[in-house]
Amino acid sequence: MHRNPDRPLAPHLSVYKWGPHMLVSILHRITGAGLATVGAAAFVWWLVAAATGPEAYESFTGWATGWVGIVIAVGLSWAFFQHMLSGLRHLVMDVGAGFELSKNKFWAMMTLAGSALLTALFWFYVVGVRG
Amino acid sequence: MSGARMQTPIARVRGLGSARSGAHHWWLERLTSVATLILFLWLAVSLLRLPALDHGSVTEWLGQPLAAVPMLLLIAATFWHLKLGLQVVIEDYVHEEGTKLFTVMVLNFFVLAGAALAIFAVLKIAFGGEAPAA
Repeated sequence: MHRNPDRPLAPHLSVYKWGPHMLVSILHRITGAGLATVGAAAFVWWLVAAATGPEAYESFTGWATGWVGIVIAVGLSWAFFQHMLSGLRHLVMDVGAGFELSKNKFWAMMTLAGSALLTALFWFYVVGVRG
Repeated sequence: MSGARMQTPIARVRGLGSARSGAHHWWLERLTSVATLILFLWLAVSLLRLPALDHGSVTEWLGQPLAAVPMLLLIAATFWHLKLGLQVVIEDYVHEEGTKLFTVMVLNFFVLAGAALAIFAVLKIAFGGEAPAA
């Protein structure tokens, strides 16, 4: 390959260098799809159980506080915070701001750090403060 | 341009999808994203402020107009937003036209069914008073 290193690489996926903005981009879609399916199903189950009566509600909370429910709940809470933060980043980018390479990379990483922090704080509050 | 010499420009794009509704879809996705952001912050704060999340506390809270109405708005905004989002995912990955049409149709049915269930549940709690002891 006679390639001038000063020229940009052709946009083939296999030669792209993986960056945080790419990870955040695909995570926005994955977390969105997860929230839209698993999250929406759990949300509807919670509301319908509450409307059905105490027994149906017990059945829901039994699942939600079991280990399967907790794993799903932790996953959904992280997905929610990640989707929320990368969504906010998208709203900023929609007005044409934040496309400079270093700034774009920085805020992409900030959504990852932010969602991890918010998830930890959320569960610290739920488990540690509310017991 | 070759191979389409006998066609007018409009004939070459007709049937390939509307050139008018894309921006509308895009705008509604943003609009509902801001709505869901505000409403989920409201939901999170409301739930964390409840003394407990048992059946009695939740139904008593959800029976109040100032809880039931934001919850109905949240359901509408969220299901609308997730419908728009999942539709784009389907359109990106399902390439066969028939399968795409079918999948988007199934998505619409599921979204309407889920939203209807959730809305009915909230209305039952809000208008039905005490749930009868089963």
